[in-house]
Amino acid sequence: MDRNHSHRHLAAMKQSLFDQGLLDEQFIQLEELQDDANPNFVEEIVTLYYRDSSRLISNIDQALKERNSMDFNKLDTLMHQFKGSSSSIGAKKVKAECNLFREYCMAGNAEGCIRSFQQLKKEYAALKKKLEAYFQFARQSGPSETACRPK
Amino acid sequence: MNAKGPIMSTPTSSSASKSSDTAAVTAADQFPAGLRVLVVDDDPTCLVILERMLRACLYEVTKCKRAEVALSLLRGNKNGFDIVLSDVHMPDMDGFKLLEHIGLEMDLPVIMMSADDGKDVVMKGVTHGACDYLIKPVRIEALKNIWQHVVRKRKNDGKDPDQSGGGDEGDQQLKGSDDADYSSSANECKSTKKRRDQEDEDAEDRDDSSSLKRPRVVWSVELHQQFMAAVNNLGIDKAVPKKILEIMNVPGLTRENVASHLQKYRLYLRRVSGVSQPQNNLNSSFISPYESAYNASSINGIDLQTISAHSLAKLQAGLGRSTAKVGVPMPLVEQKNLFSFENSKLRFGEGQLQHMSSNKPMNLLHGIPTNMEPKQFAHWHQSTQSLGNLNMRFNASAAQRNPFLMQMNHSQPRGQMLGENTGSHITRFPSSLVQPSGPNGISNGAIENGITDTNNITPQRSSLLSFPMNQTTDISASSFPLRSTPGISNITTKGMFHEEVTLGTKGSGGFFPSYDIFNELHQKSHDWDPTNSGLTYDASQHTNPLQGSFDVLPSILGHQDFSSAQQTAENRDTTLIGKGMVSMGDSMNLGNLQNVGQHHLNTSLIDNSARVKAEKFPDPSSQNNLFLEQYGQDDLLSELLKQQEGIGVGPIENEFDFDGYSMDNIPV
Repeated sequence: MDRNHSHRHLAAMKQSLFDQGLLDEQFIQLEELQDDANPNFVEEIVTLYYRDSSRLISNIDQALKERNSMDFNKLDTLMHQFKGSSSSIGAKKVKAECNLFREYCMAGNAEGCIRSFQQLKKEYAALKKKLEAYFQFARQSGPSETACRPK
Repeated sequence: MNAKGPIMSTPTSSSASKSSDTAAVTAADQFPAGLRVLVVDDDPTCLVILERMLRACLYEVTKCKRAEVALSLLRGNKNGFDIVLSDVHMPDMDGFKLLEHIGLEMDLPVIMMSADDGKDVVMKGVTHGACDYLIKPVRIEALKNIWQHVVRKRKNDGKDPDQSGGGDEGDQQLKGSDDADYSSSANECKSTKKRRDQEDEDAEDRDDSSSLKRPRVVWSVELHQQFMAAVNNLGIDKAVPKKILEIMNVPGLTRENVASHLQKYRLYLRRVSGVSQPQNNLNSSFISPYESAYNASSINGIDLQTISAHSLAKLQAGLGRSTAKVGVPMPLVEQKNLFSFENSKLRFGEGQLQHMSSNKPMNLLHGIPTNMEPKQFAHWHQSTQSLGNLNMRFNASAAQRNPFLMQMNHSQPRGQMLGENTGSHITRFPSSLVQPSGPNGISNGAIENGITDTNNITPQRSSLLSFPMNQTTDISASSFPLRSTPGISNITTKGMFHEEVTLGTKGSGGFFPSYDIFNELHQKSHDWDPTNSGLTYDASQHTNPLQGSFDVLPSILGHQDFSSAQQTAENRDTTLIGKGMVSMGDSMNLGNLQNVGQHHLNTSLIDNSARVKAEKFPDPSSQNNLFLEQYGQDDLLSELLKQQEGIGVGPIENEFDFDGYSMDNIPV
């Protein structure tokens, strides 16, 4: 019962992430890759993502500091990478922010880039928190939901 | 694994039957399980996800963060992988470049991936020969089917790659290629790689307006011009094989033929536009005289392609005068060189020229663009320096385009090898490629000289150009432009006689690589056509025809694989020769040429070449370059061989059949 309950809760958490538009189908794809041999696959991937993307974030931050001579090409390249990474874990909102940023880049709009990036970082951080909570709860709930179905 | 048996049995059997691929064979029962995939992506997150997904598909996965590492892995274990998945944007090497390398060196199917779904990028994948293009984030479903590319490729290759005009092969290949090309999304596997040369070409082009089994379709100058007209009519973006075919309305020509030709052309364009090498150092020396001539005719470079027949004539004219900056000059130059050198020697003989013009007159032209020429031409344009540029470009482009070619030169005396191994035809080439000395024909020597001089970069190229291929009389048949145009070859040697000539020859060689595919098919014989025209041009062109051609050739040659080189060489020669011829006119048997080329080449060439070239080249070169690269040495060899064979088959091919094409003469 407890387990079922927590699983349901977990499911609800996940559902809410989807409902809020924070995650998309790709996340489900990752979950489907999780099995007994790879029980924590999704969490591992997300951890890897946050670790690697923080590097990109700081690079972009650095590049954005050059207000006067912003290198839009470089920014675009960095953002392209970031977008690819984010989309691979299903970070929907973050990905949308990436697109917005790139638009500003192409338009050569420095202010727009800066603002958009601020927003992006917010979404990025928010998702991180929620996923951390989710995974923590999942670990506490025991084996993955797929492995343990409510009776 | 075995669970996949039933499903796999089908592919298994096909793959098993292929037996060419070791891996597949061994795991045939479980196919596609056990498929050995190499995945390359600089993003660690994506890399891990892909690895996991591929493992879930029961594939054997090797992951790699860097393209260089991937290449060394592949090189270190040539048969260790069945398919490669690569990201487009990588910090250390562009994904497309990696794609080309793999295509040239290992001829494995490569699937590109990117978060970028822009049409341009996807098109780039297509033109560079990717088997497929996946948009990130990649779903596992998309990966489940990647084995089809392996099977397809094997199927196409299995037909008997070396069979140049095999009948059965043709059919099969045609089918295979069809499937490969059209069934899967942006499945360009077969065409881009070497395979293309061998099989696709055979398969697709084989359909020389008759049965499939026939030797490849020979993209004669006229045919190519029709093609170009159709493409321009539709707009390069909208040019789809089906529509092109409709516009061209050539009986017996299949969509596959057009598709394959289009692919080459696109590669050529790509190369041309992308290549602008500053090889000038060498070239400049040569080109200078020619440059002036060429400058006027930037078309030269381009013309070669389009004009093939015409261009030659035009080129020559242009070369003589305007130093077509673009590719054109070369043809002329070469021609001039060639001609001037040995006008008399040229065997061309009127007959030959005529042949050339008629059949493949423009092999050079066509071919060139495709493989090398386009690039070359492009270069030409860019260099505007007339020959000087050309040469340089060629080298540059050739070098660039065809890393492989370069390799050839450097790493192995492929040229030589080819020559030796393949036989007369090929040997020619190798020698040229590899070394200037190539006895193959003078061309080698000539080319080399020419090339080296002009193209610092690719002395090798020249070797290519030197075409041993045609040195022997065989050339006629071979696709090598040099060959085919006996005259040309002679010319080259002649023209090259000092370097200039080689350029021509070489140039063609250079070009051809990329174009080889095309050229091979048809060019073989036609290369000369252009030259004919060139010849007719008249001696006035002399000035630097040789030079110009020289420059051009080297690069061209460089690019192409041997086979292509041959073709291109031929083609180029033709064009160049045409040009050169023109210039040489006086010395050469312009008269003859004129006669010959005139009707064929002159008209078309001149008109078109001048115009066309300018346009065409830029594009083709890119393509050509691609081709070249793809060719890789092996390919060249096979290409050459094929060509040789092919050439032999069609008398036309060697319209020029100069026989006299002994490259040896090329004093270089």
